[in-house]
Amino acid sequence: MAKNQSEYLIKRNNNEYEVIIGLEVHAQVLSESKLFSSSPTKFGAEPNTQVSLVDAAFPGMLPVINEFCIKQAIKTGIGLNAKINKRSIFDRKNYFYADLPQGYQISQYKNPIVGEGSITLDLPTGEKIVGIERLHLEQDAGKSIHDMDPQNTLVDLNRSGVALMEIVSKPDLRSLEEVNAYVKKLRSIMRYLGTCDGNMQEGSLRADVNVSVRKKGQKGFGTRCEIKNVNSIKFMQMAIDYEANRQVDIIEDGGTIDQETRLFDIKKNETRSMRSKEDAHDYRYFPDPDLLPLELSDKFINDLKKNIPELPDEKKKRFIEKFKLSSYEATILVSDIETSKYFEEVIEKSDVKLSTNWITGELFALLNEKNLEISQSPITAKNLSKLINLIKNGTISGKIAKSVFEIMTERDKDPQTIIEEKGLKQQSDPMELEKLIDKVINDNQDKVKEYKSGKEKLFGFFVGQAMKVSSGKANPQLVNEILKKKLK
Amino acid sequence: MSDIIELTLVELANKIKKKEISSKEVTTAYVDRSEKSKKLNTYITEDFENALKKADNFDKNPNYEKKLSGIPMAVKDLFCTKNLRTTAGSKILGNFIPTYESTVTENLWNAGAILLGKLNCDEFAMGSSNETSFFGNVQNPVGEDLVPGGSSGGSASALAAKLTPITIGTDTGGSIRQPASFTGTVGLKPTYGSCSRYGIVAFASSLDQAGPMTRDVKDCSLLFEVMSSYDYKDSTSVDFKRRNYLNDLNNSIKGKKIGIPKEYRVDDMPKEIEGLWQKGIDIIKESGAEIIDISLPNTNYALPTYYIVAPAEASSNLARYDGVKYGFRSKGENLIEMYEKTRSEGFGNEVKRRIMIGTYVLSSGYYDAYYLKAQKVRKLIKNDFDEVYKKVDAILTPSTPSSAFKIGEKTNDPVSMYLNDIFTVPINLAGLPAISIPAGLDSKGYPLGLQIIGKAFDEQNILNIAYSMEEQIDFKNEIKDWWM
Amino acid sequence: MGIDLKTVKHISKLSRISIDDEKAKKLEADLNSIFSFIEKLNELETQQVEPLSSIAETTLQLRKDEIKSTNIRDQILKNSPEESKDFFVVPKVVE
Repeated sequence: MAKNQSEYLIKRNNNEYEVIIGLEVHAQVLSESKLFSSSPTKFGAEPNTQVSLVDAAFPGMLPVINEFCIKQAIKTGIGLNAKINKRSIFDRKNYFYADLPQGYQISQYKNPIVGEGSITLDLPTGEKIVGIERLHLEQDAGKSIHDMDPQNTLVDLNRSGVALMEIVSKPDLRSLEEVNAYVKKLRSIMRYLGTCDGNMQEGSLRADVNVSVRKKGQKGFGTRCEIKNVNSIKFMQMAIDYEANRQVDIIEDGGTIDQETRLFDIKKNETRSMRSKEDAHDYRYFPDPDLLPLELSDKFINDLKKNIPELPDEKKKRFIEKFKLSSYEATILVSDIETSKYFEEVIEKSDVKLSTNWITGELFALLNEKNLEISQSPITAKNLSKLINLIKNGTISGKIAKSVFEIMTERDKDPQTIIEEKGLKQQSDPMELEKLIDKVINDNQDKVKEYKSGKEKLFGFFVGQAMKVSSGKANPQLVNEILKKKLK
Repeated sequence: MSDIIELTLVELANKIKKKEISSKEVTTAYVDRSEKSKKLNTYITEDFENALKKADNFDKNPNYEKKLSGIPMAVKDLFCTKNLRTTAGSKILGNFIPTYESTVTENLWNAGAILLGKLNCDEFAMGSSNETSFFGNVQNPVGEDLVPGGSSGGSASALAAKLTPITIGTDTGGSIRQPASFTGTVGLKPTYGSCSRYGIVAFASSLDQAGPMTRDVKDCSLLFEVMSSYDYKDSTSVDFKRRNYLNDLNNSIKGKKIGIPKEYRVDDMPKEIEGLWQKGIDIIKESGAEIIDISLPNTNYALPTYYIVAPAEASSNLARYDGVKYGFRSKGENLIEMYEKTRSEGFGNEVKRRIMIGTYVLSSGYYDAYYLKAQKVRKLIKNDFDEVYKKVDAILTPSTPSSAFKIGEKTNDPVSMYLNDIFTVPINLAGLPAISIPAGLDSKGYPLGLQIIGKAFDEQNILNIAYSMEEQIDFKNEIKDWWM
Repeated sequence: MGIDLKTVKHISKLSRISIDDEKAKKLEADLNSIFSFIEKLNELETQQVEPLSSIAETTLQLRKDEIKSTNIRDQILKNSPEESKDFFVVPKVVE
């Protein structure tokens, strides 16, 4: 395990504190219908239009479990190298809230569908393995809207009953950077598997963050506080930082930490205690008598194992071994399934090294600038592949390619077409080049003298002039070769 | 006309099919009689106008191929009936109109039956005397100011008073069998999982089961055929081969082995109950079946187990009655106040008591000692039955420890009320089928029932035994229409 | 296991049922009587017994991932205590 070179420590007086972080991530399962009812799960529908009688908990309504959601949870478990429990139980978690129509949430308490596993984080300092405690399935709640009506709260039950996977990490995270890497990796694995789309803006991925502190070197854990429902990595980091400092301040003042549930206020940038939970929830878990224990056969699980696609860690290894990419390059290219798909499509017909450079360089810069996902790239993998091939076969120089790339950004045209339209083919005819270079030499006799008498740096001047005279079309390699010959 | 109401279901169905009487005539007879019987307070919601229209429509366009073609009937107000108010005997659902139908009642209407209205019951099926209903007590037609039993009190009373030819109820701890015993009628609680729970207002999910309530065993068999189906919308519904229970009814019980459990011979057992039980034993012997003494050692723990498991599940099932989505809502300054007032005003005392028990036995620190313990004892009780069923085919016991008592007699002592279910509760815990048939009258002239308990999914067997015994017993209900 | 008034008040809070002092006292008496009846279970030794996991003699049926329910907002809101076309309306939560 790599040692963190830059540790995340909170310093106060002469003390250094470590921060212990655990995450409970709630990931919405990608499925057509909900976990225990057959209403749709699509985001953004008109309020209460995706609600069935079961979702709204009408008298006499009963849950019927969605087989696909079970498969999605198992697949995720496999992606987390976790133990799949052949027998698991659905329990009722009882509490009252306006967006919880049943007055209980169907969840899993002591017998979850997935047990212990692990995730490998790709950090600049090396790899770190973070333990997974468990994964279980549960129902999502509806939405309470507090700011549309001054007197009342409005309730939309569209989300009520959507399947969630709750993934609990072990308290192995120690820094904001690790939290970032963990969430990104978890999200990536699920996107590779197609079990969750990881869209944090739409709420497909949210986390409860557990934070405690301890003096560096101390054994055992301090009292932790839970910060509920944080829906972006940035807020997670801000919340953790605030909370860790808050706890350290209390300890330094001689106080003790109360175990409590807190909320992160994004406006004030601080965590505060949730007043309404003052009588700590007693969820009164018991097995849901409307359901039976879930018993999975080996075949059911193995059939899923057989069909798991290549996951990021595997793919990274393969990229390094087969394509000789560096760890850094490979990590970037596998970090998201869309990126790896794009890359793999490009390298089907194009040089790997060039593809790597162009994707991680020019393309990423473009996407960043326009704030686009790779799936929204204005330049398709097909056309980028063509562009790279044109460089490789000498039709255009790398420099010209950059201009073509710019033009492709506007219209994603076939680069071949652009080159022909704009006459950008590079000049690779040695005879033509010789003529051109002869002219440059003739026009700059004084510089030639200086070069031959030792000013080697002037070589670049001649190259520059050749490029200028040819309007940038001269094949740079050939120019180099010919110049070298002629200036000997 | 008055003869129509004397006909059993099987007789009625035949006459309608043979066009000897019309559905309109039958329905009119029952509507008339029901209108004259309001004193019994069996109906919460009447749907007489619609019933007469439907009967008329049936006669104009009859389909005689169905099992309940043109038969009018009222049902317990625990079954959600589309577009007709369904209250579960509670204020909190006092104005609730479902937009959907329960599977069991759907089966009835698909079989050609016609809905007369919704029958009174203990609130949320919690009670043994129909004295906890928000809509008032029900009178037992057997005698004035007598309870009809509960929770399906309205059903049993309407059936015995002939305000409906047949009816359906639900049984969680005895709520079909005990009122059947108190009113001199037949009531079957089928094996858990044979009738769908979809659309039935839930009380205790692992114990609730819908069942037929009829005047005789043949009717019971036919009605059960119609009610029972596999329903994918209920995850606890069992897909098994359902028989033609009526056609296959056989009154020969020669060679059958009937168990008599010694633990059911409770202390202070009234002599009359003992006598009745003996009468049943003698009848069985005379029919050529064998009587075998058996032991169900954990019987005495059934009631305490039930009063942990049922309230626990109920406390959770009734959490949805919060005034948010439907039903009664009381004004509150904020959400919590709204909840607390709604539920305090919307629920009656017995329901509140059971919710509190249930909440407590599931609460932190008590789950192991109560709920978990009860689930273990439940396993032991089930094992007891599994064991004896290696030796016997069915079990005979009394249905209730007494006949109908007076309204108000037991309302002050919850525990004495709970003891009514002493013979019926173990069967719900074990998920087994059991039928109560009227077996005689006590010294006051009130009916008493005998209970035949069967193996899981072996309803045919207990129907056969009941059919055989019924013939020998030849029970006659001496109900005079004192309330009209 | 005696149930005192404090416990009665705590349980009524958990079950969201408001209760006045008079009712609470009656409930305390009722619950204690019911619980001494339930205590009978302590006579049984059940350490080695597996709790019942389900009384239904079947396995958990799995449903295909198909959308079967359509937009039934009218039905869903039909019985709502507050008039509203598209939302359920409740008094504000005190956060």
